[in-house]
Amino acid sequence: MKFGVVVFPGSNCDHDAFYALGNVLHKPVEFIWHQSQDLANCDAIILPGGFSYGDYLRTGAIARFSPVMKSIEKFANSGGMVLGICNGFQTLCEAGLLPGAMMRNSGLRFICRHVHIRVEQTDTPFTNAARKGQILKIPIAHSDGCYTADEEDIASLEKNKQILFRYTTPDGSDDAAGNPNGSMHNIAGICNRERNVAGLMPHPERVVESALGSADGLVLFNSMVEALAGAAKATA
Amino acid sequence: MATALTEIKVTPEIAAEHGVTAEEYARIQKILGRDPNITELGIFSVMWSEHCSYKSSKVHLKRLPTRGKLVVQGPGENAGVVDIGDGLVAAFKIESHNHPSYVEPFQGATTGVGGILRDIFTMGARPIAILDSLRFGEISSSGAKAPSLIGDSNVAAKAATLKTTDEEVKANRRILDGVIRGVGHYGNCFGVPTVGGEVGFEPCYSQNPLVNALALGIARKEEIFLAKAKGIGNPVIYVGAKTGRDGIHGASLLASAEFTEESQQKRPNVQVGDPFVEKLLLEACLEAMRTGAVVAIQDMGAAGLTCSTMEMASRGGTGIEIDLAKVPQRETGMTPYEIMLSESQERMLLVAERGREHEVLKVFKKWGLDAVVVGTVTEGGLAVVKNHGAVAAQIPAHPLAEEGPVYNRPLAAPAPRVESEKDWFQFAPEGVNLTENFKKLLASPAIASKRWITEQYDTSVRTNTLAGPGASDAAIVRIKESEKNGVMRGLALATDGNGRWCQLNPKIGAMHAVAEAARNVASSGARPIAATNCLNFGSPEKPEVMWQFSQVIDGIGEACMALGTPITGGNVSFYNETLGKSIYPTPVIGILGILDDSSKALKIAFRNHGDVIVLLDGALGNEVASGEWRVASKEFSSSEYSKTVGGIVAGEPPAIDLAAEKRLIDCLVALASAGTLQSAHDISDGGLAVTLAESCFAANGLGASVSFSETAPSESALFGERGARCLLSVAPANLAAVLATARQYNVGARELGKVTVDASLRIEFQGRAAIDSPLDVLRDIWANSLERTLKG
Repeated sequence: MKFGVVVFPGSNCDHDAFYALGNVLHKPVEFIWHQSQDLANCDAIILPGGFSYGDYLRTGAIARFSPVMKSIEKFANSGGMVLGICNGFQTLCEAGLLPGAMMRNSGLRFICRHVHIRVEQTDTPFTNAARKGQILKIPIAHSDGCYTADEEDIASLEKNKQILFRYTTPDGSDDAAGNPNGSMHNIAGICNRERNVAGLMPHPERVVESALGSADGLVLFNSMVEALAGAAKATA
Repeated sequence: MATALTEIKVTPEIAAEHGVTAEEYARIQKILGRDPNITELGIFSVMWSEHCSYKSSKVHLKRLPTRGKLVVQGPGENAGVVDIGDGLVAAFKIESHNHPSYVEPFQGATTGVGGILRDIFTMGARPIAILDSLRFGEISSSGAKAPSLIGDSNVAAKAATLKTTDEEVKANRRILDGVIRGVGHYGNCFGVPTVGGEVGFEPCYSQNPLVNALALGIARKEEIFLAKAKGIGNPVIYVGAKTGRDGIHGASLLASAEFTEESQQKRPNVQVGDPFVEKLLLEACLEAMRTGAVVAIQDMGAAGLTCSTMEMASRGGTGIEIDLAKVPQRETGMTPYEIMLSESQERMLLVAERGREHEVLKVFKKWGLDAVVVGTVTEGGLAVVKNHGAVAAQIPAHPLAEEGPVYNRPLAAPAPRVESEKDWFQFAPEGVNLTENFKKLLASPAIASKRWITEQYDTSVRTNTLAGPGASDAAIVRIKESEKNGVMRGLALATDGNGRWCQLNPKIGAMHAVAEAARNVASSGARPIAATNCLNFGSPEKPEVMWQFSQVIDGIGEACMALGTPITGGNVSFYNETLGKSIYPTPVIGILGILDDSSKALKIAFRNHGDVIVLLDGALGNEVASGEWRVASKEFSSSEYSKTVGGIVAGEPPAIDLAAEKRLIDCLVALASAGTLQSAHDISDGGLAVTLAESCFAANGLGASVSFSETAPSESALFGERGARCLLSVAPANLAAVLATARQYNVGARELGKVTVDASLRIEFQGRAAIDSPLDVLRDIWANSLERTLKG
C-alpha cells in the first residue's frame, strides 16, 4: 500500500498530507513531481491544497494541463483511488474527473476556520470508516470554495448519492447556517459516479492529531487505508 | 533613452533631488575621487537613504543589548538567529512596510510580508509562521481629548480634541481592508500560517498606517547561510523574478521622507508582489542550498540589486563585478540606473562555488525560475557594474556600505504637557453599576474580537499551529523536527507596542511594550529568550522625534536586559508623518519563547466549572496605597477605558516594575511546566474585567463569578492596565500547589472566584455588583462589533 502526494508548483499543503500519511498514519508515501508521468506504483493519489501555478486564470485551471494529470486521468479511469483536497478538488473539477466548478466564496473573502460537515455516504473508499450522519470538525481555508453545478449535474449527484459531505452546524441541525461559502446544496465534498475519485474543500490532513484541535480528518485517511487493505486482500 | 540618462551630468542640485545633502555629496566625491555619474549617484542615494543606512538611528541602536547565550546571529544580517536546542535554530525578524501600505494598501502589505519571508529563507531557514502588528486610524467617527502630535500647529502643550472626520473614517476602512487582504493574500498563497499579531487604532495613524510583519523560520544550526561574498572568481548568480521598473526608489524616497498631499502620486514607486513566484523561490533556494554549491545568498529587498551586490561584497571584504545586460528583464530599454534601483520583488542574488554553478542553475530550472550568472566575486574591494561590457558604475564597496553618513541628530524634549487633575479621568462614584460602560469597552475596535480579520488569514497550514490568533496570549507553533519520544518543542511569539503610552512617556511606554510581549509569551507557558523590534517614528530631523527615539531605545534596552531577551534584529521606520504631523512613537516588540514540551502550552479559555480563578501579581502589593489616588487617576487616563468611555487620553502610562515582571514571568513558566494550570491570560488592554470576559468567551458555555475589594476606585480596579499581572484558572486539587509556587517566586496570588456554568459574568467589587450580565449578550458585542463597525 503506497500513497502518492502530487507536487504542483504552488502546492502548499503537500507537506501536510505527506506528514499525515507518513508520520501520523505510518503508511508509505512519496511525492510525485508535476512533470512526471510516472505514478511510482502508488495505490492512491492525493492532490493537495495550495495555489497551483499561482491559480492564475482560475483555480486549478493550469494544473489540470500538467503532465502528471494525464497519468492521473488514466489511473482514475482504470479505478485508481484519487482524493483532491481544496485546490486538488478544484483541479479535479477542472480536469472533468468530478462534475461542477468552484466559484468565489459568497462573502467574497478568504475564510479560514473550523467548519462542521456531515458524512452523507459511507459506501466509498473515502468514508467507509465513518458512521452515516457523523459530524466532522475540519478547517477550511479558501477564497474559491462555492461549489456550483448546473441543475442536471446537481440532480444526478443527489440521485447517485455522490454527495459525500455537506456543511452543517455543530449539531447537524441546520445545513444552510453551517454553509460558509454559498455552495449549492451545502456541498462540501463529492465523488464521481464510480466512487473512486473524490474531492472536498475542507482540509482533513490538518486535523489528524487532537493537539491541533480535532482528529476528525483521520476518518478519511483510515477509510482509504481500509479500502486499500481490503482490495489487497481480495487480490491476494 | 538609455544614453540620454547616462549622459546626464550630476550636479549638487540633482544630488539634492535624490535626497543627498551637500555634505553627503562631498563625501561621495571623496570616496570616488571624482564626481559620480548618474547611476553611481543613484546607488549612493539608496544605500545612504535613511531606510537602508540607519544613519540617524545607528548611534542610538548601539545601546541595545544584543548578546545572549542563545543568540547565534545578532543584528546586521537578514534576520536574527537563536539556538532552540537539539541542533535547531530559529530565525526571526520584524520589518515595517508603512509608507507603501498607505500609498497602495494591498500591494504595500503583500510586499511587506513577502520581504520579511525572503529575509528568513535567505538565512536557509524554512518560514513557519507570520505575525502582523497593524495600526490604523479610527474606523468610526469618535473623538477623544489627546495630547497634540509633534509638528501639530496647535499649541504644543495643550491637549486637542482629535476628531476623526467621516472622510477619514472611510479612508481608514479602505486602508484596513486593503492591508488585511494583502497580508492574507501573500501568506495564504505562500503557504505559511499567519498566527498572530495585533491591530490597534488611534487617530494619529489616519494617514500613516503601520504595517509591521514578523516572520519566523526554522533551520538546522549548521545550515544557516550568511550574506558574505567569498572566494575570488566564484560566480554571482541572479535568481527569481525578472527586473522591471517597479519600485524604483521605493525604500529610499517613499520610506525616507514624510508624506505630503501629493504622496498618492507615488503609487508607481510601490512594488508589486507575487507570492506564487516567492513560493517557488523558497523551494528552489532551500533545494539549491542543500546541494552544497551555494557560498552566500542575499535577497533583493529595499534598493534591489544595488543593496544585494554592494552589501555582499562589503561583508565578504571582496569586490564584485556584474554585467547588467545579463540580468533578466521584463521591460525593454531599461537603463543601468533603473536596473540597479528597481525594487521588483521575489529576486535573490547568490554566490556559488566556481565549477559547481550548474548544480545551482539546475535546481532553479526545475522550479521554472530564471537563474543567470551575472558576474563574479573579484579581488580588491571594488564593485564594478557593467552594461554590455561598458562600465556603468565603479564604487569601492566597503566605503559605500559601511562608511556612509552617521548622524548624531539633535534631541529636544517636547514642551512639557501642562495637565492638572481636571484634565484626567474623573472616576464614577463608588457603587455605580459599570455594566453599560463595560459593553462600550467591549465594542471598541481595540478590544473587540479581531476574528473578522484573522479569519481571512490561513492560520493552520503546515499543521503546526497549537494556538492561533486569540487562543493564547502568544501564538504557539510546534517544531516537528524536534520530536523525541513523542514530545515536540514549541515556539511562542507575541508582538506588542502601545503608541498611546509611548506618546505620553516614550521610555516607560517602550518598557511596557517589551514587558507585555514577554508576559504574553510566558502566559502561553514559554520561556522568553530573544526579541526583535520595529521602531516606527516621525521625522528624525525633528529634535522632539529624535528625543522620543532616544528615550524609547533606553526603555527597550533596560527592559530587554531585565527580562533576558536580547534584541537580535529589526528595523527602523522614520518619516511616519503626513502634512508635518508625526505619528505616536510606536516601537513594536516581538518576543520569542521556547516551550520544552509543546503539549504544556497554556491557552486563555476557562476549562471546567468549579475551577478557581486566581490573580497572579508580580508586584505583590495588590492595592493602590491610600493617598496615591491622584496617581491612580493620572495613570488611568492613559487606559483604553479612559479613551473609550471618558474620551480622554492624558496622564502617564502605568508605572512599570521590571523586577515584578521578571518574577511573574519566571513563576508562569514554572507553573506551566508543572502542568498545574487550566488556563492563563495576562492582564492588559481593558484591565481585569476584559481579561476575565475573554477567558469566558474562549470557553464554550462557561461563565465566571468573582468578588474582590481594593481601596482603589472601582473603575481603576476593574479596568486599570497596570502590568505584571496574569489571570489563572486552577483545578481545586492543584490550588495549594499553585499558591506555593507563587510564594516561592515571590509573586502575589489572590483567589478571586470561580468558573461557573451559569453562563453569566459577575464581578463584585467591595461587596456590590459592578458588572453583571448574561455572557451571550457580552459575547455578541465583543465578537461582532468590529464587523458591524466596518460594515456600518
